[in-house]
Amino acid sequence: MPNQKTWAEKLQENWFTTKLETYVNWARKSSLWPMPFGTACCAIEFMSVLSSHYDLARFGAEVLRFSPRQSDLLIVSGTVTDKMAPVLKKIYDQMPEPKWVIAMGACASSGGFYRAYHVVQGIDEIIPVDIYVGGCPPTPEGLIHGVMLLQKKIEKEKGKLLSVRD
Amino acid sequence: MTVELKERVDVGQILQERFPSCVVKSEEFRGDLAVTVRRDGLLEVVSFLKNEPQLDFDLLLDICGVDRLGRSPRFDCVYHLRSLSKRRLIRLKVPLDENDPEVSSITSVWKGANWFERETYDLFGLKFKGHPNLRRILTHEDFKGHALRKDYPADRRHPLARTTDALTTWPESVGEHPERMVVNIGPSHPATHGTLRIQAVIEGETVVESDSEIGYLHRCFEKMAENHTYAQIVAYTDRLNYCSSFMNNAGFALAVEKLLDIQVPERIRLIRVILSELTRIMDHLVAIAANLVDLGAITNFWYFFRPREEIYDLLEACCGARLTVNYARIGGFPLDVPESFVEMVNEILRRLPRFIDDVDRLNTKNRIFQGRTRNIGVMKKEDAIEWGFTGPCLRASGVEYDVRKAHPYLDYESFDFVVPVGTNGDIYDRIAVRMEEMRQSMRIVKQAMKRFGSGPYKIDEKTISLPEKDKAYSDIESLINHFKLVMEGITPPSGEVYSYTEAANGELGFYLISDGGPKPYRLKVRPPCFPIFQGMNEMLKGTLVADSIAILASLNIIAGELDR
Repeated sequence: MPNQKTWAEKLQENWFTTKLETYVNWARKSSLWPMPFGTACCAIEFMSVLSSHYDLARFGAEVLRFSPRQSDLLIVSGTVTDKMAPVLKKIYDQMPEPKWVIAMGACASSGGFYRAYHVVQGIDEIIPVDIYVGGCPPTPEGLIHGVMLLQKKIEKEKGKLLSVRD
Repeated sequence: MTVELKERVDVGQILQERFPSCVVKSEEFRGDLAVTVRRDGLLEVVSFLKNEPQLDFDLLLDICGVDRLGRSPRFDCVYHLRSLSKRRLIRLKVPLDENDPEVSSITSVWKGANWFERETYDLFGLKFKGHPNLRRILTHEDFKGHALRKDYPADRRHPLARTTDALTTWPESVGEHPERMVVNIGPSHPATHGTLRIQAVIEGETVVESDSEIGYLHRCFEKMAENHTYAQIVAYTDRLNYCSSFMNNAGFALAVEKLLDIQVPERIRLIRVILSELTRIMDHLVAIAANLVDLGAITNFWYFFRPREEIYDLLEACCGARLTVNYARIGGFPLDVPESFVEMVNEILRRLPRFIDDVDRLNTKNRIFQGRTRNIGVMKKEDAIEWGFTGPCLRASGVEYDVRKAHPYLDYESFDFVVPVGTNGDIYDRIAVRMEEMRQSMRIVKQAMKRFGSGPYKIDEKTISLPEKDKAYSDIESLINHFKLVMEGITPPSGEVYSYTEAANGELGFYLISDGGPKPYRLKVRPPCFPIFQGMNEMLKGTLVADSIAILASLNIIAGELDR
């Protein structure tokens, strides 16, 4: 064949240059593996987000892992009580770096309207939170928006290539 | 099916004649019989009520405490008993002194009393003599004080800073058998569908014994209820059984209406029936879907979420919320159903049967499904009553008890439907009963739609329902009514009622005490899941680990309702 290109010529047309950090962030944001920590009503709505109608898979966050050791995004959906708090802390500690947290719904964000003797007033008492999604429960669109915001945040992360979060 | 009682028996009088020394008084309010009993005679009285064939109070519904701060004696321990055959309800009250709040445990009479008494101990500090395992159940071990006492501030927390690994020691079952091990399932585990925790001793693949821990979602509903007005509590009831929130709203509204002694117009009752039955279908969809997932049939789960989304759309059109609807009010609704209501409901009715039939065809005769569900997790009739089961789990065991038939509310007596009853009480029956209930619910909705017409969406009573918004803006009297209702709320007369409805998991009761103020003095929820989960450990004995997960799912334990 006369105008057959060599491999080297082919490659030359398909170059692009980037920074390693940008490239890694792009990879991370496009393949979030959520660990659902569903305790209450929000967990039911979280199921709706995953099921066919809303389909979180379209946003690159489909591979649910029920083991904290295999996930990098912790979605806390539902009220966390004082009895449950140590469990949540333990699960967060078991997740490998890099990891992010979404507090789904009013209870996880601030305790919601349960200003009561047995309810943690927002999970940021225990673990760091990246994205707060309001609502009781948030609509599926709201949670998807939260995931997209988190992806934007991951895109801009700096100095996270090798370092470990404090 | 509704049996008319031929003989009117005055239970209160019988008790007073039989136990003159320990029955203090019997009174009736809004049709509820309440008998006050001295604590030393309690065991005799409940045994008599249970074993006397003429009375036959076989179901223990609920045990709870009431703190009458400032009264002497300070506490009441309240028991609700029901007779399934005679269709009666009785409330026993035992006054207890603050310095010595001890009463005999009735765990010897009903096995199901165990957890109820633990809860009363946990939240009120009442002690039960002879209880096998009196420790906290809802709050964590490091909690100080008793949260539901009136002098305990609603927001005083005791954060827990350590994990509690072992629930109980297993002296006899593990100690001598090195081949046995303890497996912990939960509270955050995909198979528990919530925040339940089971610790099982296993030998190979077989569960030797198990113990469960609850309270991981104890959100203090009852304490919150004491600090909010009646209209505000509706939003809290949503979050009891969050798979079918409207039924909790309606149940609470009915309880307050019973206290107010009002009857809402027919159209409101119809809308309540339609939405209740649709949310019942929604709940059963999730229950069956989750159970099938645990048997390995995940297709059904995603498939069943389609019709759920359609019912969500209807609820969203009615009130703007999908899951926690907050749509019932005392005396009606906050706003009318949309114009497209009839059309939407009919569309749901048209599309729903296909989903149910598909899943039915896919599973019911499937050999794997049969093998995984037949004769597994069997709960016998007598045991189910002993534990206090209600709802689909009780009917699967072969007891034909449905509140809608036995004690009709919202005109259920005028609808033509049958109550499906199982024979064996195994997983298969529990799924089959729920499947059939969905079809029956559709029948009820169809009949209700035929009667549906125009009319009011709330009662015209200025002390109960808010005036129209445009009137509140233009007419001084309506503005004052609006202001009074928003700032003070509804003030029912003082008294106490127990109102119960058939929710998705069984009898959902609200025991409501009013002191005439705008907030309930005490509101106790009788959650259907609570006794069912308590009886589960008996079902798990001798089953395989994989089956125990399927059994747990077949009971459809909703943590929000279980822990409140």
